[in-house]
Amino acid sequence: MNGFPYLLLLLVIPLVGAVVVGSMKGAPVRTVKLVALGISLLVLVLAAALWIAHTPSDGGLQHTMSVTWIAALGLKFSLGVDGISLVMIALIALLVPIVIGASWEEKLPEGRSVAGYLGLLLSLEAAMIAVFAASDVFVFYVAFELMLIPMYFLIGAYGGPRRAYAAMKFFLYSFVGGLLMLASLIGLYVTSKDHLPGGTGSLDWETLKSIAHQIPESTQMWIFAGFAIAFAIKAPLVPFHTWLPDAGAEAPIGTGTLLVGVLDKVGTFGFLRICIPLLPAASSKLAWLIILLSVIGIFYGGLLAAGQTDLKRFVTYTSIAHFGFIALGVFAFTTQAMTGAVFYMVAHGLATGLLFLVVGMLTQRGGSRLISDYGGVWKVAPLLGGMFLIAALATVALPGTSSFIAEFLVLLGTFAALPGWGVAATVGIVIAAIYMLWIFQRTMTGPVRGVGVLGSDSDGESFLPSVPLPTTSGWSAGSVDHDGHGDTVTRTMTIAAEARKRFPDLNGREIAVLTPLVVLIVFLGIYPRPVLDVIDPTVRSTISQFQGQATDDVTVGQTGGGK
Amino acid sequence: MSLLTAAPVETIVAPSVDFVAIMPVLILLGAAVISVVVEAAAGRKARYPLQVGLSAVAILGAGAWTVVAGSKSHFAVTLAGAISVDQATYVMWGILLALALVSVLLMADRVSEPGGAFVAQAAARIGSARDRTAALTATPMQTEVFPLTLFAISGMMVFPAASDMITLFIALEVLSLPLYLMCGLARRRRLISQEAAVKYFLLGAFASAILLYGIALLYGYAGSLRFADIAAVSQAGGRNDLLLLIGMALLVVGLLFKGSVGPFHSWTPDVYQGAPTPVTAFMASCTKVAAFAAMLRIFMVAFEPTSWSWRGVMWAVAIASMLIGAIIGITQTDLKRVLAYSSVAHAGFLLLGVISLSEKGVSSTLFYLLTYGFATIGAFALLTLVRSGEGEAPHLSAWAGMAKKSPVLAGIMTLFLLSFAGIPLTSGFIGKLTIFTAATESGMAPLVVVAMVATAITAFFYLRVVVLMYFAAPVPVTGGVDDSETVAVALPGAFTMIVIAVCAAVTLLLGLLPSAVIDLLTVHFPLLS
Repeated sequence: MNGFPYLLLLLVIPLVGAVVVGSMKGAPVRTVKLVALGISLLVLVLAAALWIAHTPSDGGLQHTMSVTWIAALGLKFSLGVDGISLVMIALIALLVPIVIGASWEEKLPEGRSVAGYLGLLLSLEAAMIAVFAASDVFVFYVAFELMLIPMYFLIGAYGGPRRAYAAMKFFLYSFVGGLLMLASLIGLYVTSKDHLPGGTGSLDWETLKSIAHQIPESTQMWIFAGFAIAFAIKAPLVPFHTWLPDAGAEAPIGTGTLLVGVLDKVGTFGFLRICIPLLPAASSKLAWLIILLSVIGIFYGGLLAAGQTDLKRFVTYTSIAHFGFIALGVFAFTTQAMTGAVFYMVAHGLATGLLFLVVGMLTQRGGSRLISDYGGVWKVAPLLGGMFLIAALATVALPGTSSFIAEFLVLLGTFAALPGWGVAATVGIVIAAIYMLWIFQRTMTGPVRGVGVLGSDSDGESFLPSVPLPTTSGWSAGSVDHDGHGDTVTRTMTIAAEARKRFPDLNGREIAVLTPLVVLIVFLGIYPRPVLDVIDPTVRSTISQFQGQATDDVTVGQTGGGK
Repeated sequence: MSLLTAAPVETIVAPSVDFVAIMPVLILLGAAVISVVVEAAAGRKARYPLQVGLSAVAILGAGAWTVVAGSKSHFAVTLAGAISVDQATYVMWGILLALALVSVLLMADRVSEPGGAFVAQAAARIGSARDRTAALTATPMQTEVFPLTLFAISGMMVFPAASDMITLFIALEVLSLPLYLMCGLARRRRLISQEAAVKYFLLGAFASAILLYGIALLYGYAGSLRFADIAAVSQAGGRNDLLLLIGMALLVVGLLFKGSVGPFHSWTPDVYQGAPTPVTAFMASCTKVAAFAAMLRIFMVAFEPTSWSWRGVMWAVAIASMLIGAIIGITQTDLKRVLAYSSVAHAGFLLLGVISLSEKGVSSTLFYLLTYGFATIGAFALLTLVRSGEGEAPHLSAWAGMAKKSPVLAGIMTLFLLSFAGIPLTSGFIGKLTIFTAATESGMAPLVVVAMVATAITAFFYLRVVVLMYFAAPVPVTGGVDDSETVAVALPGAFTMIVIAVCAAVTLLLGLLPSAVIDLLTVHFPLLS
């Protein structure tokens, strides 16, 4: 242990906070929320301090600490951050207070307490930080599994109508992945005995990294399979993705934001942290498979997103498409692509986080998740519409937003190494533009309509078709078919005014919650250096270690053959 | 070649007895005998405190002796080679006694079920006038369950220490016969309880006969009943292997039956369901320990040299057990049956440790038995608290909305279920980790993958209970035996409270900081014989 124990505190504070908040069932709701918010802000401050204390030029693990945990098995409790995990921890620390702020007035299901909700949220934060801060594969696994439990209860107890189903599906998918990972982890542990002095196994990341090139390729393949399936389920890559739309759609908004924004990144992070450095031979052998799944995911996620009728499911499908980009960047094995992928993990967290929160604010007002229940929201709630636009544009990676930098780097790096896949992935951008603009057009522009906006009591359907388009949104003119009603801008105005009464625009709290995300998206879109500087050295060392080992493999293979 | 060490002797020499080594067994047997006398001689009022006190003191005394003798490494093969007391034996005894103590406390509770879980007059015909008055007046519970338990524990202690076949068989009978009786002692739902007892007895009798036949064939093969001799003869070879193989198969079937390993598990769900819940807890933990500990010794000592011949079969048995338990468990609607099938699946996991045939395999199996035993007893203890008018309400629907009725109970139950599922930071996870590591090291990686799949399936039915407790609204019981009865959570008596607290504490502690216990349970070879 050296220096200030940032990482330990980053785990302990939210954990203690979770216990404190969780036990405040009797306290006034406002106090509970303030305490939870205070704790999450404390974590944010600590994460900021960690960022400042981090030496960007060093690509290895920093702020490491290690305590013997289970001596009988030679397992340690080790923590440490490198550039990649640092940015993810910062993202978590940033998103949690925002999510707490966004859930401030969320209606919980009957009989559920705010204290329980926020307590689970904070324990989820602790588990997520632990995943990224783990420098021992065993600790990583434990945190990976523990993350499930608060998330399971958050979805199952506080979610939408099909919450029990969604929670079960989420848990079982992740748990199956986790168990396969456990099998691989045991395999890695047993294999490490053959290659470590003294014949004692280890799951320490640095130790395993140093012997990674000695593990025979056939063994690596099996171990890789378990890890890769676990991460592919978590990420999720396409054949393993079906849990995400259900879980994302049923989760309460704050939880869903963390699920899509952070939790899923554990999958791609796992590829970066475990598969590539520890199993280099298998990673290069099977990269084509992951890349194939990624590109399929880009298309499949995009097309399905376009076909969704449910707003929250829509966001999760867009995320599946974006995870394709991230995984593609990771397995292209170029510095640019991998840096882009890591940056994408952050950018996607910000952009999709924003989108998910805005969608949440929209559905909370309208009481419906159906896309068809909304129309012309921009006229009723211009700020909400504006935020939706920003989120949508950030999600489709418009230049000037952080996602653009990320996507550009990924594609640039992929072109250099795998031009064919790069071309294919680029087409995905077009799909993204289509689904995003289309949904924006359907919900935000056009005439004010839909039960979500007008309320179910108003006799919307009968007079809606007759409402003429306002001149301001001429670019959606083709979407609604009219036979013109003569007079009536005033008519429109009255409907909008009526709707405004039950469909208020963003309030101060909501603006305050969304603003940091917007600022960061734009700031990092224009000036990504601060984050790239942190990511780049770690990516470089990962790549050089990977390539070094790839060449080592050849020599080891030759000498091995000579014996 | 010293094939015939057991050459006929002219005169019968009394075998030497190492009393220090076998004292824990003697303490329990002595207590059991005294307990019978108490049952006959003491007054009705005095019986209950006397019996509970005697049982607890006997188990604690035996446990203390085990700890002291074990820490002094007092190892011996005694009673003419019938019993081996080595480090493994002490570890097995320690686990067994710890679980037995908790089980006995659960049996002794008379608060959650007024008058205790056991019928006042087991001999009264069900539904007869005598039976009804006995049930209505809720007289102090029949305390004959305590001597029976003590005899069963003694048998369980001898079972894994047995070093020849006859001792093994006798120990098996000593542990089984009281259990058959205890299954039929339920105060409520006496028909199903007696049905369980009869089923267990009939199937158990067959299993004993099969085992005995196996022993006979093995004797025919080796000319000796001692494990070590069988090993030596089979290593030397040159005899009729058919006898060995058939004998081994029959013997192992008998043992697998006791351990409720699928596909020899068919008695398990019915008996677990029908038996009084404390007895179920006792069987699910202690009988399993005894059966698997005995298997460890037999496989390690007697059959290790011929592992090539049976390992493939045991692979198949392990896979069958894991998958049967996991898959059929999904369809169960009665929590006791769910736990029964879960125990079949866990038996499959345990078998992985047994057939690893390594120090690590033995140690991890014993650790797993400890963790599984405590979690199981805890789960059954919680089950005794959820009641409707007609006694316990084990139907799954009775657990709907439990988190609102009794958050503490739901929370602890969740802990046990997560431990069964093997979620990190619970003891069940460490157990799985150690056992699967040992299996992988012994080259059984494919079996470990199957075990992972089975674990995932079992997680489904554990989670279903969690879903019911946390996410479902409380509904009146439907479809169960107790239609239209409302479900209530009884306040636990002091004994049950202690049991639950201890089990929960052990489950958490062995999940967080298992190192010391793993070290303590680590068995070093060779096993004596």
